[in-house]
Amino acid sequence: MTDTTEKAAVEPAPGPAAPAPAPVPRTTRLRRGATPWLFLLAPHALLITFTYAPIANMVAYSFTDWDGVSPELHYTGAENFAELFTRPELFEVFWVSGYYLAASVFQIVAALYFATILSFDVRFRNFFKGVLFFPYLINGVAIGFVFLYFFQDGGTLDSVLSLFGVETDRAWLGTPTSANTSLAAVSVWRYLGLNFVLFLGAIQSIPGELYEAAELDGANRWHQFRYIIAPGIKPVLSLTVILSISGSLSVFEIPYIMTGGATGTETFVIQTVKLAFQFNKTGLASPAAVVLLLIVLAVTWVQRRLVPDDKVDLA
Amino acid sequence: MTRRAVARTLMYLSLIAATLVVLLPLAAVLLTSLKSEQEMANDGGALALPDDLLNFHNYATAFQDGRMLSAFANTAVILLFAIGGTVLIGSMTAYAIDRFTFRFKKLVVALFLVAALVPGVTTQVATFQIVNSFGMFDNLWAPIVLYMGTDIVSIYIFLQFVRSIPTSLDEAARLDGAGAFTIYRRIIFPLLKPAIATVVIVKGITTYNDFYIPFLYLPSEDLGVISTSLFRFKGPFGAHWETISAGAVLVILPTLIVFLLLQRFIYNGFMRGATR
Repeated sequence: MTDTTEKAAVEPAPGPAAPAPAPVPRTTRLRRGATPWLFLLAPHALLITFTYAPIANMVAYSFTDWDGVSPELHYTGAENFAELFTRPELFEVFWVSGYYLAASVFQIVAALYFATILSFDVRFRNFFKGVLFFPYLINGVAIGFVFLYFFQDGGTLDSVLSLFGVETDRAWLGTPTSANTSLAAVSVWRYLGLNFVLFLGAIQSIPGELYEAAELDGANRWHQFRYIIAPGIKPVLSLTVILSISGSLSVFEIPYIMTGGATGTETFVIQTVKLAFQFNKTGLASPAAVVLLLIVLAVTWVQRRLVPDDKVDLA
Repeated sequence: MTRRAVARTLMYLSLIAATLVVLLPLAAVLLTSLKSEQEMANDGGALALPDDLLNFHNYATAFQDGRMLSAFANTAVILLFAIGGTVLIGSMTAYAIDRFTFRFKKLVVALFLVAALVPGVTTQVATFQIVNSFGMFDNLWAPIVLYMGTDIVSIYIFLQFVRSIPTSLDEAARLDGAGAFTIYRRIIFPLLKPAIATVVIVKGITTYNDFYIPFLYLPSEDLGVISTSLFRFKGPFGAHWETISAGAVLVILPTLIVFLLLQRFIYNGFMRGATR
């Protein structure tokens, strides 16, 4: 507010002082005091209302027994956290993330492989690139249905297997292990494309002369990968690892759409959503969300420490 | 030489295998969407060809009974406002951060940086209460405002572009008497066209595909968007896979068309968005 008045007060100054160059910087400087805030007003209002206020509230709720509706909040101290860490079924959901974490290791290796071979001269390159990337663009609900049909009894997978003479009446989504593996596979199908395109972009930004020079020195494809490509994609690789870890911890769409969290496929976010919106236990869902948030921030912090990323120079 | 040939063959085989893995599940759904109820009952297997390749009956059912028309309309409204708002807010923020020095600038930047790290799914428990207290629950404004307010990625994209616009242009305009807003509107904004295209594409696709936010905030059936309306197929069409498949194809088709038309922009956009 003081800024605006200041600006108004100085406004007439440029008029009389116009011929002299000296006052101009002074005016611009003062104007600069206020104008950026006018531009930042809307973004900040949104940022604070929908990102920071919820975080603050969430931390506050996690120390209460609030049900999300009643006007009264009872302060319960660290009780919720104690309940979260002592009731094993609330923490069990983290094991499910293990399936997705394992899948993302496979996903990164496969994406790296395809990015490497498609960075060389390959026939129908653009076709293969498009096919590998397209799943990432598909609506999650559509993917859920495509794969419900894929895994269902007599569905796509069974039909393909029977082409090879393998008859199975296995319920792919029937047991926890099989269901989680299947869902993690769907998640690889969906997200491989993004990793692949990121790696491909990083590899293609490596100057071509490097490969030529290496070839003259008698380096084979493996050497080229090991000594030219691998160092070149390190920043993107570390970013991908972070995205995979936080992604595995916050899986929601695919299991929720496909199984609704049944047969041991409930993930952390599904559980939190159910606690908060079905069982009205905001007081218990909040500490769960706080724990997840802290884990994700910790992982990111560790990554920033291990791989100092010079790309993040916003200021 | 032969070793090289073998390696090349294996490479192509792996690419063909990957292509099959990607396309088979989609092809099966496309085939199923063209089958009649009777064909489904006869159970020729998921990969059997439909009797009539031009049987669009299921599409009509999905479109009408699945309320796909109102879903597309709602999605279009959300897309329009959310993208418009994101472009304005993102470009203004980028302009303010890059072109001005002001007090607490470091803090402002840090606020945006940290917000980018917070996974949106975790905070929804509390965001819900705030949205609800504004009376925006079960109202198209809820997703619009949330999409606008939490998009850090597009701010990054705009920032990269604003930086590449020479400040001498600003200065020249200022000497002509242009104020900060005129400079933004007349000089910066028009030069941001490539960035705007990128943001529109990336934001458009992610908004079109989002399920979580409309699922939480738009429970009434009239306000179904693409994702939630398709999700509701699960109930009434239970085992009618031919209808569900038709619905899924209807949802995937626009994405495919956009992808085929704008491939280059899409790769670049998602690359920029992720590596920010």
